[in-house]
Amino acid sequence: MIPEYGHFALILALCLAILQSVVPVWGVYKNDRYFMSLSRSLALGQFVFVAIAFAVLTYLFLQDDFSVKVVASHSNTLLPNIYKFSAVWGNHEGSLVLWILILAAWSLAVAIYSRELPLDMVARVLSVMGMISIGFLLFSLLTSNPFERHLPNTPLEGSDLNPLLQDPGLIVHPPMLYIGYVGFSVAFAFAVAALSSGRLDAAWARWSRPWTNVAWGFLTLGIALGSWWAYYELGWGGWWFWDPVENASFMPWLMGAGLVHSLAVTEKRGVFKSWTVLLAIFSFSLSLLGTFMVRSGVLTSVHSFAADPERGVFILAFLALVIGSSLTLYAFRAPTVASRSHYSLWSREMLLLINNIVFLAATLTVLFGTLFPLIMDALNLGKYSVGPPYFNAVFVPLMAIMTVFMGFAPSANWKKTRADKLKMQLAVAAGASVLVGLTLPFFYGAEYNIWAALAVCFASWLIMTLFLDMRNKLRNAQSISAGLSRLSRSYYGMVIAHLGFAFTIIGVCLVSQYSVERDLRMEPGDKVELAGYSFQFDGSRAIQGPNYSGQEGVIQVHQAGELIAVLYPQKRRYHAQQGQVMTEAAIDNGLMRDVYVAMGEPLGEEAWAIRLHYKPFVRWMWLGGLLIAFGSFLAAADKRYRLAAKEKAGVKDTVAEAV
Amino acid sequence: MHPVRKQRLIIVLFILVGTSLAVALASFALRENINLFYSPADIVAGKAPVDAQIRAGGMVLEGSVKRDTDSLRVEFVVTDYAANVSVVYTGILPDLFDEGQGVVASGRLDQHGVFQASEVLAKHDENYMPPEVMEALEKSKQAAKTAEI
Repeated sequence: MIPEYGHFALILALCLAILQSVVPVWGVYKNDRYFMSLSRSLALGQFVFVAIAFAVLTYLFLQDDFSVKVVASHSNTLLPNIYKFSAVWGNHEGSLVLWILILAAWSLAVAIYSRELPLDMVARVLSVMGMISIGFLLFSLLTSNPFERHLPNTPLEGSDLNPLLQDPGLIVHPPMLYIGYVGFSVAFAFAVAALSSGRLDAAWARWSRPWTNVAWGFLTLGIALGSWWAYYELGWGGWWFWDPVENASFMPWLMGAGLVHSLAVTEKRGVFKSWTVLLAIFSFSLSLLGTFMVRSGVLTSVHSFAADPERGVFILAFLALVIGSSLTLYAFRAPTVASRSHYSLWSREMLLLINNIVFLAATLTVLFGTLFPLIMDALNLGKYSVGPPYFNAVFVPLMAIMTVFMGFAPSANWKKTRADKLKMQLAVAAGASVLVGLTLPFFYGAEYNIWAALAVCFASWLIMTLFLDMRNKLRNAQSISAGLSRLSRSYYGMVIAHLGFAFTIIGVCLVSQYSVERDLRMEPGDKVELAGYSFQFDGSRAIQGPNYSGQEGVIQVHQAGELIAVLYPQKRRYHAQQGQVMTEAAIDNGLMRDVYVAMGEPLGEEAWAIRLHYKPFVRWMWLGGLLIAFGSFLAAADKRYRLAAKEKAGVKDTVAEAV
Repeated sequence: MHPVRKQRLIIVLFILVGTSLAVALASFALRENINLFYSPADIVAGKAPVDAQIRAGGMVLEGSVKRDTDSLRVEFVVTDYAANVSVVYTGILPDLFDEGQGVVASGRLDQHGVFQASEVLAKHDENYMPPEVMEALEKSKQAAKTAEI
């Protein structure tokens, strides 16, 4: 009976979602405050029932209820409990329930933290979120019911979770990513609400900005975690493959990066309004497009659990409906919101506009590269694949252009930059960063590497201009600490996030340029030198895990004659899944470099194919991602959003004119 | 010019420059970096270009995998049951590479009709078959049927 309770809860959640999308708007239309305020309770109710459904599904996994199809095909009695838990979203049906749960949680969060919002705005926002929820609940119930049963011939044992997904990183990666993905629905709902009410102003930007920042921060964390997981779990030391599924999450991130910055201009200066709305619509549409690509089976990868045309058609139709209706609304409403403000060529507005254009261009090129093979295939023009060289060739120059302008942005003023003194300082910073960049490769690496030099130039340009601006801001303070405490959280957020970007540049470029990699055949006792490290293979031994058995290599790593690590890479064979083989890399990590060892296949007579990597600065990339996310959260926690809340609380809610 | 119009003009120009830059970069990058998939039947029939970056795939023929004894060089035959192509690869094969399973390799075809692979991809789990390989197999099956008639 328990699975049916879950199913029932999901159906009730659908009913509440329908009410949530209709009743508040009816209230707005009739100017009835009671109906408008119902939106909050309905959001809470929907969350409760989705949470019940999710809890039931989790319980079924933990109890090994193999009468439920999803559990039988993605779990196993031998699977450790923690992975039974993460198996809940390690499959198509369950991951959709997680998606819906997170959407309901975001709606609830909006319902709770929206005291400062006019009631009609809350009603509109929650009603849009209800509509999105309807789409996904219908999708889940009609095409991918997680509670479907295997009765009466229930299997005795489940066929286990894909071994690639049996990993701590994968417990956190999907929820983080989804929180980010789905979080853009809040920005979207705010945009649609603002469009439909006709109140597209700085206040709207101020409301939607912290939500967008938080969502984007989570998306950053999710992507960084995914990259880190790929690095240590896939066993070949790569951290980004420009795989369509990665791109599916990267495109909303890029567009979101544009949105976060564009919102800043709209909040502070009241310009770019229609542009910002458009970015909000695009960001969420790209989230949906990503879902479509991953869930419909048009792409094949670890992420797409099952290919089912019916599902694809459903999401595609939903996607068309959401994008179509929001753009139609935009087309009718946007021209009415013109901005009055002016700014000159050398202003912060202009620099942020450049940021937006670069991010838009980057999104479009990634989108093009991702969709090109799908379109060619759909038109029967051949089976193409667009690989990393394409993406690197377009993406790297775009980011380089942006980094140049990114250095100017913190010191630039709104409207018009008072240039004279600043020009000199910036020239000094530029000169210094070029000097640092050009000299560093002399001290690092055997050969002079121009790409590494460029990367360090760009990164130090960013760092120096940030500190330059900070120094200028502290110039009039009595003491440094007094000055530092005067700076706002959103300013610190910007500084930290931009520093994070500099770290990521260094990490990505240096690991790409200075990595050393060798695949070779090693017999017990063999010794190999690589990048100043000596690797000694001491043979392999049998290992036994909870649901797998396998071989473990023993490799001693020496540097300058001293033992620095003993690494134990593994080759596992999982009992279920027809004995799927998995490589488990062993890594000695450090801030300045990783030493990475993985086993290939046994080559007979105790010999193994061994993969050795030396990866300098690889951690900087993920550290940068963490800083970007942290900066984004910090900016969202700025005092002014709470001050605004207090001011607004005093003012009586203005009830909008009927639509 | 009216300042508002001037401002708009600047924005439009920026967008124009930005998008044309992106388009230029994209088309430049695409010229070199997209690669087409060929089935063994296509390759044997001479449809695939020699010494250009392409992808090839099919099933690994049972008993065809030969490893060098002192290096990581490996040779195997990829088939769609209509034609066979030899593939040479040096390196570590993916976990799911096995005889009788589907693979996709990217690399170049040399003058002798041997595929020099720079990358070998196998499926992600036991249910999954690379879609290109699936289609190539279907085609050769159909070709075999029409040949019988």
